[in-house]
Amino acid sequence: MIKKIRILIAKPGLDGHDRGAKYVARALKDAGYEVIYTGIRQTPEAIVRTAIQEDVDFIGLSLLSGAHNELFPKVVKLLKDQGADEIVVFGGGIIPENDIPFLKANGIRAIFTSGTPIKDIINFIQTCV
Amino acid sequence: MSEKSSQDLVNQILKGNIRAIAKAISLTENKSETQMKEELIDILYSHCGNAAIWGITGPSGVGKSTLLDKLLEQLRRDKHKVAVIVVDPSSPFSGGALLGDRLRMQRYATDEQVFIRSMASRGHPGGIAGATSDAVKIFDAAGYDTIIIETIGIGQSEIEIVKLADVVLLVLVPGLGDEIQALKAGMMEIGDIFVINKSDLDGADRLQSELKYVLNLKSVNKSEQEHPLVMTCATKNQGINELYDRTNHYLTTLTQNGILTRKRRKRLEYEVRAIATAKIREKIDFNYQLEAQLGGWINEIWLKKASPYKLINQKINELIKEMEHR
Repeated sequence: MIKKIRILIAKPGLDGHDRGAKYVARALKDAGYEVIYTGIRQTPEAIVRTAIQEDVDFIGLSLLSGAHNELFPKVVKLLKDQGADEIVVFGGGIIPENDIPFLKANGIRAIFTSGTPIKDIINFIQTCV
Repeated sequence: MSEKSSQDLVNQILKGNIRAIAKAISLTENKSETQMKEELIDILYSHCGNAAIWGITGPSGVGKSTLLDKLLEQLRRDKHKVAVIVVDPSSPFSGGALLGDRLRMQRYATDEQVFIRSMASRGHPGGIAGATSDAVKIFDAAGYDTIIIETIGIGQSEIEIVKLADVVLLVLVPGLGDEIQALKAGMMEIGDIFVINKSDLDGADRLQSELKYVLNLKSVNKSEQEHPLVMTCATKNQGINELYDRTNHYLTTLTQNGILTRKRRKRLEYEVRAIATAKIREKIDFNYQLEAQLGGWINEIWLKKASPYKLINQKINELIKEMEHR
């Protein structure tokens, strides 16, 4: 055991659908990662402060309400403001294909839409570390 | 991190920089940079000793995190700067962990005067993580005046929190067993303050009278005053004021009658012993490849070519002789 990878799974915005986030949190735990889960309705400010306190390597954002184009880039921007932009941000949920290029251009490193096998997420994490 | 010197990191921690504090805690958790970790703790040690350290413990699901959230409200009202360490278990199979305690306290995520850190136990027994005591030192040196440790949900013998906290809040709920359970050794012996949470549930009154009975049996010299028993219902915010006041009162009394100093000295004793034992083990393991030799010993004993105590005594004597000749 050298350095444990820590991942924050967070739900920004107002939707209360957390089944996907919980599924990913649990699957990442089973893959050997330390996962911090903070529940629904988190502000980008709370997510970023939590990520810094917890010294995570990744933030996984889950959103189903449609506000991803605003909230995901906001998290990336706040991380940058805090000098914590080495933390890798990825997202998931109900994200239309057309929005993905915009999100990637704004610092979200990967988007996993519904139906993605968990293996894809784990592969992504392994290629980043 | 590695290019930064320990002193740089220390200066940032002493200034209260949250990134530095967070990185330092990771350093104590990961076993990769032992030397830097030890230097860091050694420098910080002289800055420690100002914080009050609370422990919250009890079985799984009794409401420890929810109570902690309500206590944070009281502590913040009194302008305390609070660090919270919440420990959850690591999976013995995957090594992973799902750290979900801070979920109940997320309203304090953006409070500048509150720092919440989740820790996975990483195989450490006793209800806390191996790095918890180092994390306490980091927060103490960084100027947090109150540090609260929430243990993993404990069973009867995971009681290491007594070796870390100035005051231990033992949280129970109705329905966990009769008074014979409460008479047993272990968990029931570590509470400084007993909390019966979910007091709106059936059986709360019975548990209260059973606990009172058991606490009175425990020692004729210790009245209930010394081991307060508080009924709470955290989700309804009931009993929280009383719990907070009793905890503060308990700490004040400990300070006045000198018991706190004795407790802290005892804590240091535990810690020094633990470090020394671990270091001796590490040294022997490193110099004599103990782990590698163990395999051969086990095999001989398994095949009944040797008996356990005889073989081990003989091998240890050989090791000691070898050490003397060096």
